[in-house]
Amino acid sequence: MRRIISILMENEPGALSRVVGLFSQRGYNIETLTVAPTNDPTLSRLTLTTSGSDRTIEQITKQLNKLIEVVKLVDLSEGAHIERELMLVKLKATGAQRAEIKRTADIFRGQIVDVTSSVYTVQLAGASDKLDAFLESVGEASILEVVRSGVSGIARGDKVLAL
Amino acid sequence: MGESASGADAECSRLRCEIVELLSGAEMLVRALKDEGVETIFGYPGGAVLHIYDALFQQKSITHVLVRHEQAAAHMADAFSRCSGTTGVVLATSGPGATNTVTGIATAYMDSIPMVIITGQVQSDWIGDDAFQETDIVGVTRPIVKHSFMVKKTEDIPATIKKAFYIASTGRPGPVLVDIPKDLTNPAVTYEYSYPSKVKLRSYNVVSKGHSGQIKKAVDLLMAAKRPIFYTGGGVVQGNSAAELTELVRKMGFPCTNTLMGLGGFPGDDPLFVGMLGMHGTYEANMAMHHADVVMAIGARFDDRVTNHTGKFCPNAKIIHVDVDPASIAKNIPVDIPIVGPVDQVLKEMLDQLEKTEDKPDLQALEAWWKQIDAWRAYHGLRYETKPDVLKPQTVIEELYRVTNGEAIITSDVGQHQMFAAQYYKYKYPRQWINSGGLGTMGFGLPAAMGCLVAKPDKTVACVTGEGSIQMNIQELSTCLQYHFPVKIVNLNNQSLGMVRQWQDMQYQGRHSSSTYEESLPDFIKLAESYGHVGIRVTKPDQLQGAMEEAFSLKDRLVFLDISVDPTEHVYPMQIKEGSMRDMWLSKTERT
Ligand SMILES: Cc1ncc(C[n+]2csc(CCOP(=O)(O)OP(=O)(O)O)c2C)c(N)n1
Ligand SMILES: [Mg+2]
Repeated sequence: MRRIISILMENEPGALSRVVGLFSQRGYNIETLTVAPTNDPTLSRLTLTTSGSDRTIEQITKQLNKLIEVVKLVDLSEGAHIERELMLVKLKATGAQRAEIKRTADIFRGQIVDVTSSVYTVQLAGASDKLDAFLESVGEASILEVVRSGVSGIARGDKVLAL
Repeated sequence: MGESASGADAECSRLRCEIVELLSGAEMLVRALKDEGVETIFGYPGGAVLHIYDALFQQKSITHVLVRHEQAAAHMADAFSRCSGTTGVVLATSGPGATNTVTGIATAYMDSIPMVIITGQVQSDWIGDDAFQETDIVGVTRPIVKHSFMVKKTEDIPATIKKAFYIASTGRPGPVLVDIPKDLTNPAVTYEYSYPSKVKLRSYNVVSKGHSGQIKKAVDLLMAAKRPIFYTGGGVVQGNSAAELTELVRKMGFPCTNTLMGLGGFPGDDPLFVGMLGMHGTYEANMAMHHADVVMAIGARFDDRVTNHTGKFCPNAKIIHVDVDPASIAKNIPVDIPIVGPVDQVLKEMLDQLEKTEDKPDLQALEAWWKQIDAWRAYHGLRYETKPDVLKPQTVIEELYRVTNGEAIITSDVGQHQMFAAQYYKYKYPRQWINSGGLGTMGFGLPAAMGCLVAKPDKTVACVTGEGSIQMNIQELSTCLQYHFPVKIVNLNNQSLGMVRQWQDMQYQGRHSSSTYEESLPDFIKLAESYGHVGIRVTKPDQLQGAMEEAFSLKDRLVFLDISVDPTEHVYPMQIKEGSMRDMWLSKTERT
């Protein structure tokens, strides 16, 4: 099953490589990973998505917790949560395609953020499957380039991951 | 100014401030080690650590043992920790010095041994330039350390050392590496020194107590058990809980088996002890595990060399698992009652609860269980065939046990000799048996024996080794002469990489691919003598006793006993791959 693990860790050089190293060392897979400092500059927030059996996920969270720089972590997929990923896509846009892409972008609540005579750059935010669906709608043939941020997530309601 | 120095002192003590000491980075490092209680460090000099060596030269509190290879320094520090229960320290230079410690660090990591490794690094502004002797040792060692630090500012040295020792020695212990660029130890630049008395790490919390409710459940389960067994590992030894374990096992009257790392955690000569379990465990220990209805695992990690096929492991047992590391629990085998906490604390609480409970173990069931175990014990009991004119390696270990009254500290290397030393020497007390269990590092034994002698200079220390393993760190014979380490080396010379050959016999129709040396072995007696030591050769069974007695009577000398043993011998029992715990070869021709 796919899981979203959110980690609060010391904002120190080497901390990220320990997290990433753990995954390759123990044969766990990382599907997406995003990391940036938080409002407290001594802390970074890292979100990663991975998949595996319940036992594997339990091991992953235990092993992550053992890393000295990991302050706290939560498996967001265990409860109600919001997940977002940002995507920028460059699409071939000439002739009738231009209107079609505009329409599709509107449906997905995307924005065209850059335009040339032959290219649209669309910005889209949402859950990963929504981004997948958009790419499927516009079709492989018109896609020139895709950049995705990887998933960020936060729990719904009062729960917070903070010190 | 005008104020006298003593006046300033008085003012200072009135204000309860400390007199400021100005020290260079190198001096701070050495002082921090001293303030941490370190008396001996193991190392080898080189460019990046020369400032540190100069600071060492100018003080008396810390002794430095100069090894002949940095790998040996790491094994010595590791064994010093294993033997003393404190934290051993390694000092190595950048580049090759640091990379030479890698096998030693991995060895300590796999067996959860506290150790602090200090490596020099090229000067800060050269890092990343592929400078002379530059290696990213923090990167190289990342998967084999509990934690590591690259010191960025000289002022951070004392606090970093404090953290390094704290992390290495608490919770589930492990090696911690501290990499220090050369410019930070420059003798020309000094700073105010103070050593922190406490460490606070918001992201590192050590559990101090097991969950009482879980402990209660465990007690209830033990009381109801009909075929119980204690299965205990290195966590009991490292966690200083042998006394509590022994009390608990005796109170319950249950059988107890130890892992390779756990030997000495429960007295090997106690009738409740059923021997080591696992791949080369005793018949009775493996049979009892397989048939148990309650397995109480303490400070053990269900390693593949113990469980055999995990799907067939202890099919009828409810499992209780006590461990300080939550990640150890349910990693390989699902557990019924997990208890996370320091082993000594959990066992103490368990003993307290037992005091208070009215329940009694099921004595009738236990009697039947012991009858069964005794029958298993009688059936195999580590029997082996003897031959009239060929020495059996097992006999050598039995003789070693006799000559040393079972009191010696035994270190070992890796191979058949290691398994014989584990099976046939009955370890009475914790930290008596020192071996590389997790990584299985050939070359560990001799430097380990030296580390033990530093920790306990009054003890008799013997290294049980093979002609393969001993050659992996043989250069340390020179260090032994320099520092007068009277190690007794018991070389079970079977003229081959015996354990490899055994597997080739059993799984490759006897094709001995690269497991023999074709007449190329050195004359170990001459070799020992050329290093200034005593060598004694044993080629016949009737020479053994005299040679052993002579060797152990030479208290102040290193003696190299080169003992020719049966080159065709195998270690038994041996579990059959993919089987359950009870599936074993019992001899070359007999299996369960
Ligand atoms: C550094 C290292 N290399 C290789 C091995 C694989 N290995 C395990 S046992 C063994 C043979 C050891 O030979 P020896 O020391 O003579 O002991 P014996 O088995 O003959 O008693 C080998 C090569 C190892 N454990 N460690
Ligand atoms: Mg050999």
